[in-house]
Amino acid sequence: MQTSTLVLLLLILSAAAYRAGRFRSLSLVGGLRGARNLHSLPGYYGLLTALWCAIPSLLILALWHAVDGRIVTQMVVAGMSSETQALPPGQLSLVLNDVRNLVAGAIPPEMASLEVQAAAERYIRLDSLSRLAAAVVCLSIALGVGGAVWLRISPNLRARNRVETIVRGALIACSTIAIFTTVGIVVSVLFEAIRFFQLVPVTEFLFGLQWSPQLAIRADQVGSSGAFGAVPLFTGTLLIAGIAMLVAVPVGLFSAIYLAEYAARRVRAVIKPVLEVLAGIPTVVYGFFAALVVGPMLRQSGEGIGLDVSSESALAAGLVMGIMIIPFVSSLADDMITAVPRSLRDGSYGLGATQSETIRRVVFPAALPGIVGGVLLAISRAIGETMIVVMAAGLGANLTANPLEAVTTVTTQIVTLLVGDQEFDSPKTLAAFALGLVLFLATLSLNIIALHVVRKYREQYE
Amino acid sequence: MSDTDLGPAAVENAAKRTRRLVEKSLKRRYRAERRFRAYGMLAVALGLVFVGFLFSSIISTGWTIFQQSYVQLDIRYDAEVVDPAGERDEQAISTADYSALIKAALRERFPDVEGRSERRSLYGLASDAGQFELRERVMADPDLIGSTQTLWLLADDRVDLLMKGKIDRDLPEDQRGLSDQELGWIDSLLANGRLDLRFNRAFFTNGDSREPEQAGVWGAVVGSFFTLLVTLLLSFPIGVAAAVYLEEFAPRNRVTDFIEVNINNLAAVPSIVFGLLGLAVFIQLFGLPRSAPVVGGLVLTLMTLPTIIIASRAALKGVPPSIREAALGMGASQVQTVAHHVLPLAMPGMLTGAIIGMARALGESAPLLMIGMVAFIVDIPGGLTDPSTVLPVQVYLWADSPERAFLERTSGAILVLLGFLLIMNATAVILRQKFERRW
Amino acid sequence: MVFVSSAEASIKTAPASRASGSAPPERTAAGQRTVGDITVKNPVIVCRDVNVYYGDKHAIRNVSLDIAHNEVIAMIGPSGCGKSTFLRCLNRLNDTIPTALVSGAISLEGQDIYDKRQDVVQLRARVGMVFQKPNPFPKSVYENVAYGPRIHGLAADRTELDEIVQTSLQRAGLWEEVKDRLEQPGTALSGGQQQRLCIARTIAVNPEVILMDEPCSALDPIATARIEDLIDELKQNYAICIVTHSMQQAARVSQRTAYFHLGDLIEVGSTDQIFTNPRHKLTEDYITGRFG
Ligand SMILES: Nc1ncnc2c1ncn2[C@@H]1O[C@H](COP(=O)(O)OP(=O)(O)OP(=O)(O)O)[C@@H](O)[C@H]1O
Ligand SMILES: [Mg+2]
Repeated sequence: MQTSTLVLLLLILSAAAYRAGRFRSLSLVGGLRGARNLHSLPGYYGLLTALWCAIPSLLILALWHAVDGRIVTQMVVAGMSSETQALPPGQLSLVLNDVRNLVAGAIPPEMASLEVQAAAERYIRLDSLSRLAAAVVCLSIALGVGGAVWLRISPNLRARNRVETIVRGALIACSTIAIFTTVGIVVSVLFEAIRFFQLVPVTEFLFGLQWSPQLAIRADQVGSSGAFGAVPLFTGTLLIAGIAMLVAVPVGLFSAIYLAEYAARRVRAVIKPVLEVLAGIPTVVYGFFAALVVGPMLRQSGEGIGLDVSSESALAAGLVMGIMIIPFVSSLADDMITAVPRSLRDGSYGLGATQSETIRRVVFPAALPGIVGGVLLAISRAIGETMIVVMAAGLGANLTANPLEAVTTVTTQIVTLLVGDQEFDSPKTLAAFALGLVLFLATLSLNIIALHVVRKYREQYE
Repeated sequence: MSDTDLGPAAVENAAKRTRRLVEKSLKRRYRAERRFRAYGMLAVALGLVFVGFLFSSIISTGWTIFQQSYVQLDIRYDAEVVDPAGERDEQAISTADYSALIKAALRERFPDVEGRSERRSLYGLASDAGQFELRERVMADPDLIGSTQTLWLLADDRVDLLMKGKIDRDLPEDQRGLSDQELGWIDSLLANGRLDLRFNRAFFTNGDSREPEQAGVWGAVVGSFFTLLVTLLLSFPIGVAAAVYLEEFAPRNRVTDFIEVNINNLAAVPSIVFGLLGLAVFIQLFGLPRSAPVVGGLVLTLMTLPTIIIASRAALKGVPPSIREAALGMGASQVQTVAHHVLPLAMPGMLTGAIIGMARALGESAPLLMIGMVAFIVDIPGGLTDPSTVLPVQVYLWADSPERAFLERTSGAILVLLGFLLIMNATAVILRQKFERRW
Repeated sequence: MVFVSSAEASIKTAPASRASGSAPPERTAAGQRTVGDITVKNPVIVCRDVNVYYGDKHAIRNVSLDIAHNEVIAMIGPSGCGKSTFLRCLNRLNDTIPTALVSGAISLEGQDIYDKRQDVVQLRARVGMVFQKPNPFPKSVYENVAYGPRIHGLAADRTELDEIVQTSLQRAGLWEEVKDRLEQPGTALSGGQQQRLCIARTIAVNPEVILMDEPCSALDPIATARIEDLIDELKQNYAICIVTHSMQQAARVSQRTAYFHLGDLIEVGSTDQIFTNPRHKLTEDYITGRFG
């Protein structure tokens, strides 16, 4: 039975359970007239029955699905010849891929070996068996649990309270997903990163100056051959992020100041949304802009004045990233500036300060903590930005501070290492997770500090 | 305090001195004031210039995408080629060499072209896509075999570039990409009205292709649709539920504080990290298929959830407590109060948040690269587990292609993407304005 | 029985004031005339027919009043009657509110302050202001006081600045308390100290007039008493305009009192007279607590 059919069937079943529960509660008290003798409205009895019918069975189904693929695969492997079973994991997974492709009809049967064909047949058989078993188990759970609740319906059953408890539980479950996501990120990234650090020492990764992961997959190289020094990536990331901040902070800050303090209300109403358009543009568009418009343009103008500008220069990526971050900085700065209480401005004007003196010497210092927090968030953004650098920055790990040269970044390398075929045991793939860990920790600490600073700032002015 | 008592005369003098010094400082200060103001204006102007430059460069390279060069040929459905056995066997018809028909038609148009290499460059004027169209026509109506039809068929991408003025005729032959001879053919076709720019259906109905003139966005649009469908169906209910719990039910304690910190941090975690999570958990651990919209949707759900939770909480905060008190006062339970009174009032705000979250998810590409939605996929996906790509990733793929003609496709795909974003954001704005309430 | 101030006379004593056109200046929009003598012999500020609008709201109607050298004038009246608004006209702080519109004539030492040639920076340096809520800048105590002299360029070097800071703090009666913590943030002081810091900040630029908008409303009685002493000291050198809700305070510190009601200046007179023998019914009601 198809999973979707099974889910549909379960839903129909619970709809029926709703009617049955409702009907039973009413018939116990002799129809609608007696409804006042029920503890809760009849609908709640129906709902309670339906929920108990649907939730456990759907949970079991989800669990089944999470594991059945592996179990079936393992059983298929167990049924294969011992030579095949003895294959190294990488090759075994290739064989299994063939089996799966055969099952999916992606390759014609003639092209597969006999063993693969046999395995595919077994796979199909086991798979349909598993589906059938899932259907039987889930349906019987639905009927069994739903029926048990149905039988327990009595006028005194506090159906509403129970439904509400279930609802509350569901709400709590939903709100803990954020925690699970964080834990998932930490655990998965950390797990793979630790595997990487078993192959390559941490110190080498963090302090090595040489990055050339491609070498490591060559047969004559061992994983820890000294090509995983990530310092050039860190410096490249910082270089591009630095250029971005050099663009974004002054432009963002000054435009925020101008719009918040100087611009007439109507001007502000027009210009602010236009600038905020920049925030809504997908990063891939900025990547395109950097790689195909700004990069070549910089290169050409560099040629014009006799400068050798790489077509994948850090400057192009940084400039465009800066443009992307402008609205982020300016809207945060705008919030912070408008949060500065009027009384401070009055105090300054009352002493005879001009508007710019008031802004520079009173408003800006007062808003500084908030602005610093915003800038930290912006830095975290710049470090984690991926598409612009993937498209416009280079792949070669250059250890340089020259913005006209090509550098590579942490995110660029993560993408290059993971896009395409992966073997999950090669240090090349695992290195991406180690980089991911560094990236996550760096941005996390920036975020925590920034959010803390901003919150403290907000509290200060209520 | 007598030592500090200056006496009226001294104060009088001090005031005069102040007046004089202030007077003296005014010029400098107003200059500084103007300078400062000018910086602000400069910053705003720079921002506007960036916006203008960005859009003009995209639009100027992309607006031609709505049209594509087609060449008009007299196609004779030669029975010898299409169905040599004459049995109208579907298998035979579908595997016939339709490109031969196009080649014959081109030879007919330019009968004096001799020699293998010259002929080959002549055939190069028409796109490969023509043969598939011919096959479709014949499969749909086998009676065509033996007849002749005048058809507009896709031209090669180089012809298209020339037609759109993106190849400079005056360049030397070896830098132009089109030989003088090819140019001559093109001019002759043009002179006879057999080469023209027509509406570019292929771009809006095809999947990806290695040939620029055949590549379209539809596959990516459908992929984006499926991915966003999963994202919306998961993130909206979960996000609203989480927001309702945190805003309406949760006690203020360490656990809820921790949840809150988590949500705020997740909102600022780089999207690529979610891609790593998706790769490690959904694909490695759970064995879900790569390149599938369902996995993409799951990853984007985790990514947009914080946005939706934060927006939904703001919407719930906007519902005045008096409404809750009124409902509770009438004997409604807390769950009933929220479900019947608070949620409906907060719904427009939540929907707005959801749409904005979806718009962000639509533009997101980095995490999807991690889970393999970056493959070259020609077929239009038909379901949640079919390999597919999404619009922004399509942009990325095309931007990487060396052929010049893909530049136009890239900008065209960006325009399509921005069009969708515009619609979504406009919906959000309208929704907000329509339902904005002031209590 | 009611004494009506002579409008002609008052206009003559206000050289720069624009003679109003149509409506008789002493007649307020509500048909109310200000009771008592609005003029003084040695005026520093002269106001004639001042009207203030916040958009459509008419917050001050035809107020005419003189403020004398070396006197403390108290402005009293129920909440929302326009005392702060009037005060903020005197140093054109209302200019910073986009919706506010001021008409009428106000002159400082004979110069029309709303004249195009009058520079607001210059004006505000001459007419200092202390606000209801202490609003020290988020800077050190020292920097708070040094702020005005710095922006106006009143000190040639650091020693001079130090001196200005010290004398200002001394005259504000704060020096002894803060002389060892000049580098601490001004916001870390107590409320009363903060308010005295704001006063020090104001007198550091050597203004001619000090406007005080309920300077003690956020303070306890002891801090209030200190500020009142301070006002007493300062009046030897400055003209001081103080808005207060405390009748006792008005009686203690001021020589003249002006009573505002719903945007009208109802009555002006010597403080003694206002509190012992108010001439207008509204004033009497307010003083005796039957109103507001
Ligand atoms: N910025 C503003 N915009 C619009 N109306 C204002 C503004 N400031 C004050 N008002 C209105 O002008 C009137 C006078 O206000 P003002 O602050 O001068 O009163 P007040 O006498 O100082 O009162 P209080 O004793 O409470 O300080 C009030 O009705 C007030 O609502
Ligand atoms: Mg006031």
